[in-house]
Amino acid sequence: MTLFQCILLGFLIVCAVSVSFSKNLLNSILIYMSYSLVMSILWVCLESPDLAITEAAVGAGVTSVLFFATLKKIQAIRIEMDKPKEEAGQSE
Amino acid sequence: MSKPKSREEYEKTFAFRFFRWLSGSKDPYVGEVEMKVQEETVLPHETIIDRMREAEMRRDKVYDEEQNKFARIFHIIYVAMAIIFCIALVAVLLVTVSCLPPDGNASNPVNNVVSKRYIEQGLQETGALNIVSGMILTYRAFDTFGETNVLFIATCCVMIMLMVDDAILKKQAAMNDRRFEPKNDTILQGVAFVLCPIIFIFGIYIILNGHLSPGGGFSGGSIMGAGLILYVAAFGFKRTQRFFDEHVYKIAKITALCMYGLIGTYFYMTGANGIENHIPLGIPGHILSSGIILPINICVGLEVACTMYAFYALFRRGGL
Repeated sequence: MTLFQCILLGFLIVCAVSVSFSKNLLNSILIYMSYSLVMSILWVCLESPDLAITEAAVGAGVTSVLFFATLKKIQAIRIEMDKPKEEAGQSE
Repeated sequence: MSKPKSREEYEKTFAFRFFRWLSGSKDPYVGEVEMKVQEETVLPHETIIDRMREAEMRRDKVYDEEQNKFARIFHIIYVAMAIIFCIALVAVLLVTVSCLPPDGNASNPVNNVVSKRYIEQGLQETGALNIVSGMILTYRAFDTFGETNVLFIATCCVMIMLMVDDAILKKQAAMNDRRFEPKNDTILQGVAFVLCPIIFIFGIYIILNGHLSPGGGFSGGSIMGAGLILYVAAFGFKRTQRFFDEHVYKIAKITALCMYGLIGTYFYMTGANGIENHIPLGIPGHILSSGIILPINICVGLEVACTMYAFYALFRRGGL
């Protein structure tokens, strides 16, 4: 195992621990995204590029986007809005 | 053959009443049971606030650990059990790993006849340069069919839970055109304008070269789904519906699944009964080669792309 892979594995552990310790849900998702990205680089190092492609597309892309959509739906992340839009929201 | 009954005669039968009840066209209770609409109780604003405060106080009292002895004990036990469970799980997994046979040992259970056959005769029998693709789509095509079905059922479940009625959707759309998407972001739209075609072409390339290079239906399909999501996020649902609405989605999804089922069934029936199948294997390395792998890859890719996009659309606005 090369030094590069060791660094990546260490990064994975740091990501996995910090996901559970971050207070902000948005930060958790961003860390989770970077976890998937590092994992996909590791898959390339382990000579399985097809898994790397899937990991990058599903793990880092689609899953996190679904998490974002869910958080927005349950209003866990605040979206900045302009004034007119906010007024329209209140009048509903 | 019995004589067809007249209308009056039919209306007296049990079947007529049963189907009328089933379709709900006549409520049996109307006119027979006295019905009165319940009055809606209107509480004054102060009462509601008082009650909320009361509930909050009660909750505080229950969960206050300094006052409530049970809550304190429960909290301690909860933390202790969590730590014990975590340590036990780690210990069990570590013991299991240490009991595994050493990596690369010739007598490992992995090194049996099956993998040897796949490696030695895979190219000859499936015609695919990518041995993984050849394995999962010919030798184990039935497995992959099950996975594709799982995707189909998953989207069905999400649709049942999150699909919003068409009328409500239209009303919301009339209220605010871009309620479900981000605002017209120039940077996002510029990036999407450049990136989307590249992502789509890359996805199609991976699907079509599934038997020659790494990748295959699932990877390419998820890339195309991600591209569709990027397009929706940048340009909104209205522009996406020009080329991908519910109708297209249904056709693509059902066709892909049925095609996969048909091709797989043909392949298995001929293989199991020792009949020669008429799908040519072609020359390994050419794009039109390796028999059933290419069409199955296309089917899986379509299915996965539809699933990814449908998940996003359903989560976002409850409709495609």
